[in-house]
Amino acid sequence: MLKDIFVTPFADMFSAPDFLLQVLWEGLVSGVLYALIALGFVLIFRSSRIFNFAQGIMVVFAALTLVGLHSFGIPAWISVVLTLGVMFVLAVSIERVVLRPLVGQPDIILFMATIGITLFLIGFGEIIFGGENKVMISEELGIPTGDTVLEPWGGLLILQHLDMTVVVVAVALVGGLLAFLNYTQMGRAIRALGDDHQAALSVGISLQTVWVLVWFIAGIIALVTGIAWGARAGVSFALEVIAYKALPVLMLGGLESITGAIIGGLLIGILEKLFEIYWGQPLLGGNTETWFAFVLALIVLLFRPQGLFGERIIERV
Amino acid sequence: MLDGVKSDETLLEVNNIEVIYNHVILVLKGVSLTVRQGGITALLGGNGAGKTTTLKAISNLLHSERGEVTKGSIVYKGERVQDLDPAALVKKGVIQVMEGRHCFEHLTVEENLLTGAYTRRDGKAAVAADLEMVYDYFPRLKERRKSQAGYTSGGEQQMVAIGRALMSRPETILLDEPSMGLAPQLVEQIFEIVKAVNEGEGVSFLLAEQNTNVALRYAHQGYILENGRVVMEGTAQELRENPDVKEFYLGVSDEGRKSFRDVRSYRRRKRWLA
Repeated sequence: MLKDIFVTPFADMFSAPDFLLQVLWEGLVSGVLYALIALGFVLIFRSSRIFNFAQGIMVVFAALTLVGLHSFGIPAWISVVLTLGVMFVLAVSIERVVLRPLVGQPDIILFMATIGITLFLIGFGEIIFGGENKVMISEELGIPTGDTVLEPWGGLLILQHLDMTVVVVAVALVGGLLAFLNYTQMGRAIRALGDDHQAALSVGISLQTVWVLVWFIAGIIALVTGIAWGARAGVSFALEVIAYKALPVLMLGGLESITGAIIGGLLIGILEKLFEIYWGQPLLGGNTETWFAFVLALIVLLFRPQGLFGERIIERV
Repeated sequence: MLDGVKSDETLLEVNNIEVIYNHVILVLKGVSLTVRQGGITALLGGNGAGKTTTLKAISNLLHSERGEVTKGSIVYKGERVQDLDPAALVKKGVIQVMEGRHCFEHLTVEENLLTGAYTRRDGKAAVAADLEMVYDYFPRLKERRKSQAGYTSGGEQQMVAIGRALMSRPETILLDEPSMGLAPQLVEQIFEIVKAVNEGEGVSFLLAEQNTNVALRYAHQGYILENGRVVMEGTAQELRENPDVKEFYLGVSDEGRKSFRDVRSYRRRKRWLA
């Protein structure tokens, strides 16, 4: 038994390095998507102390809107632009209707409000676009479908072009976001607001603008993840579950840390894949990916409640 | 007689304002004051006298604390400003430096300063030039520009807070308790810089301060608040020479050593002041 846990998996990894690479690659692909969703959470949490329960459903809603608009006969790329428009309108209305009236209320009330948003989006999406499963319009969007086969060490490594596109787009998006947060006036304002609301107000940073912006960014992220995941698994309300994978990422990375969200996302994506292939399937009968991340997060929470990269609370004496 | 005030033009006029927190707590019971262009006006008084509330009423930061101006008016350059949001006020040239410094801890010193330019639309070059201007006034900040503000000292954080306000190119800075928690030498240094900014950039200051002694040495005009009311006003020199101010706020008395009789007279006068 001990041998199965501590020796065999590593021997397997060593004896078939090409397969290990394959596993790592697949982990990385889900990892970048987790990281992306977690970033959306972190931005909203930092700037408004709201734990956005609706992030998951926003992924579904964005994907549904895109596919739905296309099914009305609108060309694919115009549908993308229109969907972005819808996400922007959503951000503005959430700020107007939900956040502004609730400003200054306890965190739990705002959290409940995001559950309200979730339920609303489920209902609204179903009424307009119907509840049945749909197929992502990946071909129309020009997402490549083939694969590249590499033969490292005489082995076999299959890289789906879809996965490669997802990684490239996600990395570009994360990079763009980081540059935006660090080097632009608006990005600095978002980070400043996370540190000190009152001081941010005092220099003339407008809460409303920042809130609309972070919710819109969350919307863009939702659309990208929606397309990426929809292309693999189809567009249905089940996609929502994927966004909840961002929760353990957040616990691991810390709710406020942007780097934490990225590293946490990659870490969870890769570790859950490794665990599934080398420990889960041989020892536990597989399907460990659904719970592994949560157990990992729980263990991290026991030892480091602020998460691995939670922003250090700066205390001066 | 005017003790160095450069012009008689009124910049900011607060008329008989009343402030209520949470719909029930009456904090200001009719405060009136004027800030003159190019001057340093001190707002003095003890804890809970209403200094901070007065400043926040002007800068409109009261709303986020459930406070409200219920009576009176606040007029800046002839225009009623009490319904504007803080951002609009910053654009008009009025910015507050809050008590307790309030830096953005996880941003670097330089990023903190740059957030001060948030409302400006006059281009990067102008902002960069002003950054140098701020570094000229606060050479210490230039040395620490890359450090996270949360890890700098109290004095440095106060400098960041003032520098950040300067980055908005203000006409008036509402400066709340700059001496709080700082060593006397640093307090002196901060006030020297306030004076230099006042003279060099022509920025007017409304300064809330408990440290009456220092404040009256640097200010041109002064108001003394007690229990949400203005109980005394005048030029800094008049206030410095006023026997009551001397006794209650500066801690010196004409009669020399205190006797039991003085304590009684203190109580009597105190009642009269309130």
